[in-house]
Amino acid sequence: MVNRRAAAVAAASAVALTLASCASSDRDSESKGSGDKGGGGGTLTFGAAGAPATFDPFYASDGETFRITRQITEGLVGFKPGTPDLAPELATKWTPSKDGKTWVFDLREGVKFSDGTKFDADAVCKNFERMFDQNAAGQTASNYWVDNMGGYKSKDAKSALYQGCTAKSANQVEIKLLRSTSRFPALLGLPSFSMQSPTAMDKYKANDIKAQGDGFTYSDYANKHVTGTGPFKFDSYDEANKTVTLVRNEDYYGDKAKIAKLVFKIIPNETSRKQALQAGTIDGYDLPNPVDWPQLKKKFNLEIRDPFNILYLGFNAKVNPDLKDLKVRQALAYGINRAQFVKTQLPEGAEVANQWYPDTVDGYNKDATKYDYNPTKAKALLKEAGKAGLKIKLWYPSEVSRPYMPDPQKVFQAVKSDWEKIGVKVEPVTKPWNGGYITSTDNGQAEAFFLGWTGDYNTPDNFIANFFGSPAGGFQPLALPNGAEMVKRIGDADGIVDKGQRTAAYKKLGGDLMSKYMPGVPISHSPPAIVFTKAVTGVVPSPLTSEDFSTAVIEK
Amino acid sequence: MLRFIVRRLLQMVGVLFVLSILLFAWVRRLPGGPVDAICGERCTAEQKAALAKQLGIDRPVWEQYFTFLNNALHGRFGTSTGVLPGTDAMEIFLRRLPATIELSIGAILLALLIGIPLGYLAAKKRGGILDNLTVTSTLIGIAVPVFFLAFALKYYFAIKLHILPLQGRQDSIDATRVTGFFVLDGIITQEWDAAWNAFKHLILPSIALATIPFAVIVRITRASVLDVVNEDYVRTAEAKGLTVGTIRWRHVLRNALLPVVTTLGLQVGALLTGAVLTETVFVWGGVGESLASALRLKDYAVIQVFILMAAAGYVFINLLVDIAYAVIDPRVRTR
Repeated sequence: MVNRRAAAVAAASAVALTLASCASSDRDSESKGSGDKGGGGGTLTFGAAGAPATFDPFYASDGETFRITRQITEGLVGFKPGTPDLAPELATKWTPSKDGKTWVFDLREGVKFSDGTKFDADAVCKNFERMFDQNAAGQTASNYWVDNMGGYKSKDAKSALYQGCTAKSANQVEIKLLRSTSRFPALLGLPSFSMQSPTAMDKYKANDIKAQGDGFTYSDYANKHVTGTGPFKFDSYDEANKTVTLVRNEDYYGDKAKIAKLVFKIIPNETSRKQALQAGTIDGYDLPNPVDWPQLKKKFNLEIRDPFNILYLGFNAKVNPDLKDLKVRQALAYGINRAQFVKTQLPEGAEVANQWYPDTVDGYNKDATKYDYNPTKAKALLKEAGKAGLKIKLWYPSEVSRPYMPDPQKVFQAVKSDWEKIGVKVEPVTKPWNGGYITSTDNGQAEAFFLGWTGDYNTPDNFIANFFGSPAGGFQPLALPNGAEMVKRIGDADGIVDKGQRTAAYKKLGGDLMSKYMPGVPISHSPPAIVFTKAVTGVVPSPLTSEDFSTAVIEK
Repeated sequence: MLRFIVRRLLQMVGVLFVLSILLFAWVRRLPGGPVDAICGERCTAEQKAALAKQLGIDRPVWEQYFTFLNNALHGRFGTSTGVLPGTDAMEIFLRRLPATIELSIGAILLALLIGIPLGYLAAKKRGGILDNLTVTSTLIGIAVPVFFLAFALKYYFAIKLHILPLQGRQDSIDATRVTGFFVLDGIITQEWDAAWNAFKHLILPSIALATIPFAVIVRITRASVLDVVNEDYVRTAEAKGLTVGTIRWRHVLRNALLPVVTTLGLQVGALLTGAVLTETVFVWGGVGESLASALRLKDYAVIQVFILMAAAGYVFINLLVDIAYAVIDPRVRTR
């Protein structure tokens, strides 16, 4: 009896022990999965925070999708590695007409899409015509086109920035615009407008997007056959195992990718991504939590990018008429100790924002009014305005962490305590980011709110026009006494053809936004980080968070 | 008997119908929605309005419900906006299901294979060291939150000791997918490396998910064995001079296992709750993890289908149990 009992105990414990121990011998071979450094350059496995929405960048608007498509497709223009500045990509040169409405692009020769078809002026025009001519669902899904190019062929073509495309020769293409804008051609660097193979798009019905149920269904092209000219080709999306695999494009016209395979492993939880890096199952991931930076730095390559974003505090004078008075808004700005906040709450490399865009953007005005912390002045201004007992409902989001705002509650706490010191009564309002915060603030319901932005490209318009360039939206600019003038000036500056004059106009406007209009308070620019194992080198961190993985090298 | 089954099936349809209304009303009342999740800070108010219109979520809730019901009756359950944008929600459920079933089987097997012998031994050695250890450890097992245990297991076995994989269902290796059960796929296709790799990935999450059912099974087995060993028929069997093995298997365990089997049925239903946490921590890619992301991303279609299917599964298991009871006990049928 005793023996049998002992056998039962042994059997039970054996199950547990075997499970744990028998796997150990294979652990080594497994870690090779992410660092197969043999011939052909090996595999880089990168942790992604979410599943790609689609592989057709034209219909995408999220960073997780673009990080993947950016390796596969290229635009007419690109960005100089490590900067937000324009650089040639599929076009080697571009020349505007005097009125800024016609642009001629000289195309790179000898470029092929990864399906073997030729990239030429015809392909460029087919891409633009495709983007311009979308069905109803496509028109709603392509956020970036609406934002940057306006209307579509079938509907409100007259409001579209894009007017037409002509192939002047095989390697020269002309694009006509309805009006001149500071955004062109910088916007062509957006991944949404990158060039895709017309043959593949036709074959797999790229435009076949439908609204169904609560969302959109995409074409076969978007799901499995995205085809560009980039250094990598789409290989597979193993959805069950949550991995997207790209392989090196052996026919790439430029320097071929140094790694043979690029795998994106989808790990939605931030802690899980960090653990995956520590355990060696991934070679890197983006936007590590600033709280983890010191710990990660010890064992990994933590690259801190130049900040190209802004965290701001918006005012809405329509909801709280007390904010109509410029003195009140200035008092609220003087009353926030932004330097202290940046120093104590934000990651290293963060800066106080003295304007509505970082100082690397053309049109930055270094002489603009600065609002250094001055509670005495703030109190005096409030008193002068007759608003000594001012009450404000201050909104902040929950359940979110953004590159410009790692911890929203801390921002709120800091501003609240500062404002209370100058006698302002602060009432908190909070909603989950995806649970009404964005909608409520965008619909103009919040009187004072925290939001931010990461730049798409290097123009002031990409920042300020998005915030308060239109009468609608969170700032409700028309509620300010001189708000209409501000909206008009933002539109006018964008339309100035001459670059020198335009930069001058933005400088003036940038200064006035801080002294005359004050639609809110710019708070900070935070640098987002990206982290790799020590074995990975060669990835140039991009302030636009648009790293090119083809330069990555994995060393033994 | 047939009438009983038909009646229960009709009841089941009724339950699901009422649940679908409640669920729909609840989901649509969640603050925010797919538009926020899709747009973030990138869309203007006009774009958001256009998107809401296109998705049909600007219409009154009852109208949306009837569209949903009509579509559902035609086999269309809506399209995911967050978890796997553009994919039919039911398809996502079916794709995720094998992962959860595979994990649940792992957990149940662990709970049974170790739980029953341990419960039995604890009862036999009542008051001894093993018994005390078992009682205390199962209490801890029930009390410790699943996610804490999951993180601890990951930390020690994957990060510190490097003997088991950290998360996911398989490494990025070439593996043929047949059934969606990764271990089984590897066996079917004779890709032994893939099967072994998937099996190793299964170990830690199975342990985490098994904790509560394991603790429950140990305790019930122990209590049940204690009851049974004192029964007259066991004493009679001993008096008759039957072998220890016969008494143990035929008289004690077989009778003691009845409540364990009943409990097991309930535990299977409860596994989904544990799966939401376990799968999230282990990035498992099953039903539980997807439901958690759907709730975060306000993916209406996925939340609705997943919860309805889980409820249908639960109701269906109950129906099977009821039928089994009815077969055993005819009085149930007439009630």
